[in-house]
Amino acid sequence: MATLEGSADADLSKDDGGVRRRDFINIAAVSFAGVGGVVALLPLVNQMNPSADVLALASTEVDLSGIQEGQAIKTIYRSQPLFVRHLTAKEIAEADAVDISTLRDPQTLEQRTVDGKKQWLITMGVCTHLGCVPLGAGEGENKGEYGGYFCPCHGSSYDTAARIRKGPAPLNLEVPPYSYTSETAILVG
Amino acid sequence: MVRIGAFLVGLFFSGWLLVSFLFGAVAYVSDPPAPTAEKEFHLVPRHVAFSFDGPLGHYDKQQLQRGFQVFKEVCSACHSLKFVAFRDLEALGYNEAEVKAIAKGWAIKTPDVDPATGEASSRDPVPADHFPKPFANDVAARAANNNAVPPDLSLMAKARHHGPAYIYSLLTGFQDQPADLIAKFPDSKTPEGLHYNPYFANLNLAMAPPLTAEGQVTYAEGQPKPTVDQMSQDVAAFLTWAAEPKMETRKSAGFAVLLFLIIATGLAYMSYRNIWADEKH
Amino acid sequence: MSFPWAKEYTPKVPLMKWLDDRLPLPRFVYNAVGGGYPVPRNLNFFWNFGVLSGLALVIQIVTGIIMAMHYGANDAVAFWTVEHTMRDVNAGWLMRYAHANGASFFFIVVYLHIFRGLYFGSYKAPREMIWLLGLVIFLLMMATAFMGYVLPWGQMSYWGAKVITGLFGAIPVVGEPIQTWLLGGFAPGNAALNRFFSLHYLLPFVIAAVVILHIWALHIPGSSNPTGVEVKGPQDTVPFHPYYTAKDGFGAGVFFIAFAIMVYFAPNFLGHPDNYIEANPLSTPAHIVPEWYFWPFYAILRAFTVDFFFIPAKLLGVLAMFASILLLFFLPWLDTSPVRSGRYRPLFRKFYWILLLDVLVLGYCGGAPAEEPFVMISQVAAAYYFAHFLIILPLIAAYEKPLPLPGSITEAVLAKHGETAAPAAVPAE
Repeated sequence: MATLEGSADADLSKDDGGVRRRDFINIAAVSFAGVGGVVALLPLVNQMNPSADVLALASTEVDLSGIQEGQAIKTIYRSQPLFVRHLTAKEIAEADAVDISTLRDPQTLEQRTVDGKKQWLITMGVCTHLGCVPLGAGEGENKGEYGGYFCPCHGSSYDTAARIRKGPAPLNLEVPPYSYTSETAILVG
Repeated sequence: MVRIGAFLVGLFFSGWLLVSFLFGAVAYVSDPPAPTAEKEFHLVPRHVAFSFDGPLGHYDKQQLQRGFQVFKEVCSACHSLKFVAFRDLEALGYNEAEVKAIAKGWAIKTPDVDPATGEASSRDPVPADHFPKPFANDVAARAANNNAVPPDLSLMAKARHHGPAYIYSLLTGFQDQPADLIAKFPDSKTPEGLHYNPYFANLNLAMAPPLTAEGQVTYAEGQPKPTVDQMSQDVAAFLTWAAEPKMETRKSAGFAVLLFLIIATGLAYMSYRNIWADEKH
Repeated sequence: MSFPWAKEYTPKVPLMKWLDDRLPLPRFVYNAVGGGYPVPRNLNFFWNFGVLSGLALVIQIVTGIIMAMHYGANDAVAFWTVEHTMRDVNAGWLMRYAHANGASFFFIVVYLHIFRGLYFGSYKAPREMIWLLGLVIFLLMMATAFMGYVLPWGQMSYWGAKVITGLFGAIPVVGEPIQTWLLGGFAPGNAALNRFFSLHYLLPFVIAAVVILHIWALHIPGSSNPTGVEVKGPQDTVPFHPYYTAKDGFGAGVFFIAFAIMVYFAPNFLGHPDNYIEANPLSTPAHIVPEWYFWPFYAILRAFTVDFFFIPAKLLGVLAMFASILLLFFLPWLDTSPVRSGRYRPLFRKFYWILLLDVLVLGYCGGAPAEEPFVMISQVAAAYYFAHFLIILPLIAAYEKPLPLPGSITEAVLAKHGETAAPAAVPAE
């Protein structure tokens, strides 16, 4: 008598080893497909990372020769403001006079500049609180009560070494990686 | 009702199409389309073997460098390569410093703005820049080139059928107009200022033969002799890379993906047979 | 809906029970594509293409959303942003080639799905609504594909947009204002590009919604099958899961292999080189063709070369092209044969194969230059196309003598295996 179900012989193979071998194939097929699905997600995620042209602009050259003592310029590094400041002797003295143990983020001016180039303070122009651009790099801008930078968003004040002195910001303005390519030029990034 | 309407609509469309066919057939027989010079003398690109042909093909970096040299010394005087950046040249085997030097020494400068005055100025390109265009705009290009704009070459190898072979054939295909062409189509004589080339769609192009003599470009020691044929092949290879810089990544990723898919599909087939083993269908 | 013997969803863990009482989504899925959906046991591999069409839609939506992240819908930068995606974005070339070839694969599987339905009479009662919704999906796909092809703003994009919107210009009196309105200008430009992008992003989600209706309508009578004989009892069906999930899983594997071969090794094979040239309103490509999946319709459009008294040939071509799709909406009422499957309709079957060949010929002519002999061939082929659906099918239905049908799906399956139906398999109706 014919039926649509398999014969009794086929049922016998469902015992022990049969079941396990058969299940194994199904499990293998599903897990293989699962792994493939996960791997296929990688490019879908990776495409949101910076593209090659963005990465190619990841370094900035700055010519220091035109910046007078006491002046600062704003330039752009990785699409964010970069402050390059030529400190006066008075500003250096003010920065050195601070007892670093009293600071929120203890660092000396030496640690924040290159040896022998203490007058050149290069920092990101990004407040470490919530990312606003502090004032103080432009001509006639409010430098805050410590003579460095002042962030108008939530009132963080930075001193002449761009260290946080007052307000909600937790850290000093970040010093990006840079090196001198000549006496008067730096390469940031 | 639906079927009666459909019948009438069908009769109308089919009937009128057959009437149109008759009109066309009569016209075709009584007044066959005249042959044109383009139809009879246009040639499909010549076959040429490249290292990047086929699913296993790879770019030959030495060849790409030679082709780049031809582009730099010959083509770039008139043709832009605006979608390619100097930084991309690292794929040809140049290191960072070499790329920087190539960019800095590029004959055409990158337009910029003078930081002091705000006026238009130019500067040496840097690796992050795209290849600067030889002409500021199409009007300037047209004015300098006998009223024809030299096309951008970034995508040329993908913008023509059989791209690499087309570029090679076009560069080596300049010749005098065949006598039987003029005999058969006296009106199709190559106009003054144009150049006959059977691989070009309408047979006459504004570009003068750019590669004319062996040794026009001096290749480095140990490279093949710079014959016109060799230079044409090399620059065709370079432009293929320029159009499809990710080809090698694409092919190697393809093999990994295919291998995986074949195994996965094999397992899926076994699983399918397995599940249906006890059911007739 | 469905059959009384369909297995009922029973949550196994308390959490699923809790969820089932509040939002029975797992139950819904179980009844739609799980163990709760009984499907005829005799479906062949042509029944894979429905699921594969859904898969292609998902591929298009995922890669499309990613493409949109890097695309700029502005005529000054559109071409540049696409090249930027190809060259600089991480795996951008993969996303773009997958999206471009994905469109072709979507049409391939949908065409196979449609021709399966035509052969096996899947459009007949009680499944007319499934057929009609499917045609709506097809029309939406065509609109989406056309607008998507404009976005890279290459030469074919530009001139395709110009020619296709020009079709509306054939309408008497209001044609030209409509064309100008569609484009937001007198020729394709930034306005057209932006609205096409907006709609190209919207329509796939409309398609997804109609797909849900399509599947809903499918679950009322249940799937058709190669015999065309309705399901008569539990012995005729198997649960969708695991039987057809396994079969569709294998089908998806084969689909992905073919897809990967095109994307990784011949990504530009189905495209046109001219679209790698930036749009230039001053220079028309020598030979404008749409993408291959429009070729049969393009051939019908161009087949009309002679004015019909006061109706210009151009308008006739446009009317015929739209009619060639719209007539499919009437198919369930044109083919009145009570037998569904082409297997038991000898005369229908012969004409079916002629139709298939006819559509392939139309496709070839649509992709060829508009010159003889292609125009003449497409005139004959287009004449057959209309005659097939509007004249021949109703006549066949009236005069054909079908072969004897099997008593049930089970009987047909057993006959295939050289057995006769067991008494137990006969439905107790």
